[in-house]
Amino acid sequence: MIHSLFIINSSGDVFMEKHWKSVIPRSICDYFFDAQRKANNNEDIPPVITTPHHYLLSILRSNLFFVAVCMTEVPPLFVIEFLHRVVDTFEDYFGECTESIIKEHYVVVYELLDEMLDNGFPLATESNILKELIKPPNILRTIANTVTGKSNVSATLPTGQLSNVPWRRSGVKYTNNEAYFDVTEEVDAIIDKAGGTVTAEIQGYIDCCVKLSGMPDLTLTFMNSRLFDDISFHPCVRLKRWESERVLSFIPPDGNSRLLSYHIGPQSVVAIPVYIRHNISFRDVGGGRLDITVGPKQTMGRVVEGVVLEIPMPKCVLNCNLTVTQGKYTFDPVSKLLNWNIGRIDPTKLPNMRGNISVQSGSPPPESNPIINVQFVVTQRALSGLKVNRLDIYGEKYNPFKGVKYVTKAGRFQVRT
Amino acid sequence: MTDSKYFTTTKKGEIFELKSELNSDKKEKKKEAVKKVIASMTVGKDVSALFPDVVNCMQTDNLELKKLVYLYLMNYAKSQPDMAIMAVNTFVKDCEDPNPLIRALAVRTMGCIRVDKITEYLCEPLRKCLKDEDPYVRKTAAICVAKLHDINASMVEDQGFLDQLKELLSDSNPMVVANAVASLTEINEASSSGQPLMELNAATMNKLLTALNECTEWGQVFILDALSQYSPKDEREAQSICERITPRLAHANAAVVLSAVKCLMKFMELMVGDSEFVKNLTKKLAPPLVTLLSSEPEVQYVALRNINLIVQKRPELLKHEMKVFFVKYNDPIYVKLEKLDIMIRLASEANIVQVLSELKEYATEVDVDFVRKAVRAIGRCAIKVETSAERCVSTLLDLIQTKVNYVVQEAIVVIKDIFRKYPNKYESIISTLCENLDTLDEPEARASMIWIIGEYAERIDNADELLESFLEGFHDENTQVQLQLLTAIVKLFLKRPTDTQELVQQVLSLATQDSDNPDLRDRGFIYWRLLSTDPGAAKEVVLAEKPLIAEETDLIEPTLLDELICHIASLASVYHKPPSAFVEGRTGLRRALPKSSGDNENNSDQQQQQQQQQQQPTVIPNQDSLIPDLLNMDISAPPVVPAAQPAYTGGTLDLLSGGLDSLLGGGGADAAAAPAAGATPPVGGANTSSAGLLGDIFGMPATAGQGYSLPKQLWLPANRGKGMEITGTFSRRNGIISMDMTIHNKAMQPITNFAIQLNKNSFGITPSATLNVPAPVAPNQSVDVSLILATTGPVQRMDPLTNLQVAIKNSVDVFYFATVMPMHIFFTEDGAMEKRVFLSTWKDIPSQNEVQFNIDNVNMNADGISNKLQANNVFTIAKRNVEGQDMLYQSIKLTNGIWVLTELKLQPGNTTIVLSLKSRATDVAQGINEAFQGILHS
Repeated sequence: MIHSLFIINSSGDVFMEKHWKSVIPRSICDYFFDAQRKANNNEDIPPVITTPHHYLLSILRSNLFFVAVCMTEVPPLFVIEFLHRVVDTFEDYFGECTESIIKEHYVVVYELLDEMLDNGFPLATESNILKELIKPPNILRTIANTVTGKSNVSATLPTGQLSNVPWRRSGVKYTNNEAYFDVTEEVDAIIDKAGGTVTAEIQGYIDCCVKLSGMPDLTLTFMNSRLFDDISFHPCVRLKRWESERVLSFIPPDGNSRLLSYHIGPQSVVAIPVYIRHNISFRDVGGGRLDITVGPKQTMGRVVEGVVLEIPMPKCVLNCNLTVTQGKYTFDPVSKLLNWNIGRIDPTKLPNMRGNISVQSGSPPPESNPIINVQFVVTQRALSGLKVNRLDIYGEKYNPFKGVKYVTKAGRFQVRT
Repeated sequence: MTDSKYFTTTKKGEIFELKSELNSDKKEKKKEAVKKVIASMTVGKDVSALFPDVVNCMQTDNLELKKLVYLYLMNYAKSQPDMAIMAVNTFVKDCEDPNPLIRALAVRTMGCIRVDKITEYLCEPLRKCLKDEDPYVRKTAAICVAKLHDINASMVEDQGFLDQLKELLSDSNPMVVANAVASLTEINEASSSGQPLMELNAATMNKLLTALNECTEWGQVFILDALSQYSPKDEREAQSICERITPRLAHANAAVVLSAVKCLMKFMELMVGDSEFVKNLTKKLAPPLVTLLSSEPEVQYVALRNINLIVQKRPELLKHEMKVFFVKYNDPIYVKLEKLDIMIRLASEANIVQVLSELKEYATEVDVDFVRKAVRAIGRCAIKVETSAERCVSTLLDLIQTKVNYVVQEAIVVIKDIFRKYPNKYESIISTLCENLDTLDEPEARASMIWIIGEYAERIDNADELLESFLEGFHDENTQVQLQLLTAIVKLFLKRPTDTQELVQQVLSLATQDSDNPDLRDRGFIYWRLLSTDPGAAKEVVLAEKPLIAEETDLIEPTLLDELICHIASLASVYHKPPSAFVEGRTGLRRALPKSSGDNENNSDQQQQQQQQQQQPTVIPNQDSLIPDLLNMDISAPPVVPAAQPAYTGGTLDLLSGGLDSLLGGGGADAAAAPAAGATPPVGGANTSSAGLLGDIFGMPATAGQGYSLPKQLWLPANRGKGMEITGTFSRRNGIISMDMTIHNKAMQPITNFAIQLNKNSFGITPSATLNVPAPVAPNQSVDVSLILATTGPVQRMDPLTNLQVAIKNSVDVFYFATVMPMHIFFTEDGAMEKRVFLSTWKDIPSQNEVQFNIDNVNMNADGISNKLQANNVFTIAKRNVEGQDMLYQSIKLTNGIWVLTELKLQPGNTTIVLSLKSRATDVAQGINEAFQGILHS
């Protein structure tokens, strides 16, 4: 399985290595660096690289490369999923996953890696089990440990590891019992020049934050569960019950977790909440003009907020001289990225941005117009219309505080111009 | 306080300072010191010098300190084996600890100490832990077996750990089952003998399926991979397994989903194609695959590579999902390219309009590689979907108008293909193409343009001028362009002979006189000869109607596709190559899809048979029945009979009488191959040599193969064998490999009690019987013994590949020697490949895997060589005569399932023949060459 892990920063330093079997010399990373040189940018490095004796499987997260080295035929997704899980765990423990954070907590990182994999086989990857084994660092505990000489490694057997509900630790106790569910939908779309939808799909998640004492058994029902035809569940969800009754029945993991994710494909009609009227043109000489207006489309009565437009301009663009009726724009002459932060859209006064684009003198006009990446947020509403009906709790006597929040966001929302 | 302080001590004398801190009395200081040591270790500094001091800290109640020391131990035990022994006692003690966490930790760490000496001490604690009452300990111990196997495989087998592991497959705890499966899979992978350790029967299947629902996501992947290797006995069983696997498709972990897809794809093969069950299942398969495409880009990439296989096998599965493969602007390039591939595969009349408008959009993007592929994709769409051809061509013309250099060049390359697919349809655009002639600077584009001009020379008024313009820099052109130019000008001449004579003369002389490229020269001479002797014939040859090009290109060859389907979710599916092609030392059984429901009854039998064939030597009919068998076989004989001989096949009986002698007498070289030719025995009393003769005539595999064997060589000289001298050789007779030895006693006293052992070797050679030396070998006496060998032993790669290490024990001592086995003893009797398979396999193996050798002093004709090789299980598949040279195409199968394809080139009047061989495992090439040398010179 997984032989070794190297963590490499964006400048190409291997600053952390962990070997679960014999030590593989660091020079193996040279093959990775070769691939890096060949790729145009860091995102384009292929995730599977073959070398004469090893396979390198890598992921790129928060500008760090996590390179796993394998020697036998392995399921690559297994390794890739595991690497993502490692980063998720780091983020869970330290808030974020950067080079300095990893260095700052290297002992915990090393202990974590050691617990997560044994001889290349995943051992404990559930965050609550890990947290029972290795306490996440916090200032209070660090001070307490220094004073008392205790460590952040627990000496008890992680009970969850063997129970039928490995995702939940036993003996949970809260003074305030609460359960919150966030329904988030991300719209991935490609809009063509004329404003028509080429493809649009919804990627939805229900994340929960459950702080309930004891061993509660929850059921969650939906107003319109027929929306789900493609759905992946957290292991805690009882599949049989879902298939027969379309009811989510589960013993929730303690704390934050993703209960389910669903996908509504391009075959169903997806309402697009914003439209963009654009006119970008480049002349043969003397640069080009740009005129963009953003407006709400099918918003179901909600306000569109947090609107940001990102336009990667062609290489030959030197600068943009624009006026905006709302928000702020910036143009980065190095990355050629034009960014317009609009904020909330007022339907009565549509935000507009217009002006001139100056182009390197002598260079021919670009072959194609740039693409517009759009970000937006619509709160209190899931685009698909998904609604939670009710949440019931069994097995425990208290009456928890319950809440459901809906958000629609732009995922990878691109407008061709 | 953070941990980064541990990284800051870089001053001199650091090691010394750490040493004193480690030996400090204060617990806290000790722990800090160990932390510093670990910190240095993680960043790659060498702190192995502190080994004894760190090990001293091991005896502690503090779990964190213990863990840290364990970490250190795992890293450095290898470099300090003697010191590491000091730690053994603590491990043994920790394995008895009342706290299961400590027991598990100890057994886990033990396995990570990769020191041979230590492993022996660990067997007892491990055995106990495998039976521990606590499942957490058991599951940790299960993995530990795999660790030990990696360090010392034979010990694990001897100690019976494998059986204990198999018992864990029926453990009550699903986690333990999953880990046992994982461990067994890993051991299997490493041993590469191809013998699956796990016997998958209905009962184990049931247990695995139950554990599948309850174990962790990673365990599910292991179990699903194991399940995929099971062959259900009938459709009903396959269906019920599928039903229990299907819920896994809704798992959040992409690895679980893809492994489940593998199982379902494989078991679906067993079902009737259009049954309701299959329809339902295909419906359920599509959504999870689509969902994988909204995960991280790395996951998308692996998913896309697999989807590429799946849509080739079952195109209907994703035919409605075209839109999810549309490329996003900020997809990584590796995702973009894969998506494009799949878009073309899914393109059909129903969606072609959408696909084309997308492709056109992509063709204006920034990334050059992607744009090129998009343009090519448009061409492939035109070829695939006939109704769209016109639209594609106009899209390509639009793109040519952009004048972007690389777009134009790609467009011209694909337009050439479109012309070939739809001749005489779109020639109107030629003028537009010609406008861009000057901008073409890539060989492929230039060659394509020249081809177009030549092909349509009669419609292009200034074709001669255009071609002439290329001719100026003829010698600087790429070979591809030169060849095209030559052909194009000859075509032009044949179409417009009046005004192009000068041009054709010019190009012919350029190609034949001034070029040192043999291909170009040859083609030039052929044209020249053709034109000068018979222009009519030339016209027929050069302007002949070309076959239409195939509809879909880039399809994976069906047998390979079936194999790859069995490897969905694995690295093989990412490379689109079978594991044997890239995994080191992987010589195990290749997986095959189960046969479809129609013949699934034979299926399991067939598989068994295959396995038997690999394990046991083929049984050869005894000599009495041999001749009748051969006579009956002539009708079904493989079609390798040389063209001149089929006339004889009818009257086999007659052949045996009078006619035969003269026939045999005719072929002088044949006689050499069959020394017994003169005395043709009657049918009843046939002996092996006559069987060989018949085989010669009918081109049949001479199954009775009396393979050649080398003369005995001195293996163990008397001075090293304390008086025992051994000479020996290897041979393959009737499919049985044997080691023939002569033991000569040069000592003063008799030698008895012989025994033999063979070390692990590349081909798994192992004695299938004990060494049987009948009586004591008296002084100055010699005995011939023959030891039957099997190829079922453990496999380990040797260098050279055929190296065999032998240990012989006798009443005096144990002696070791090494010898090299001739490769031909591994050629199996079932090595004749079907002609078609041969052809596709030959094409399929990349040309860098081709190796060439010269074999000198071969005084035989093609048939003689073929016969001689046939007797050693090198099977001639086809024979061709090209320009007076005889070409023999042959296939060989080695006992470990590796196929080797060879081509022998014989030049008349030259005793040197050229052997080219192709195999997925090129390591065997040298050995095969030596075998050929040996066989042909014997």
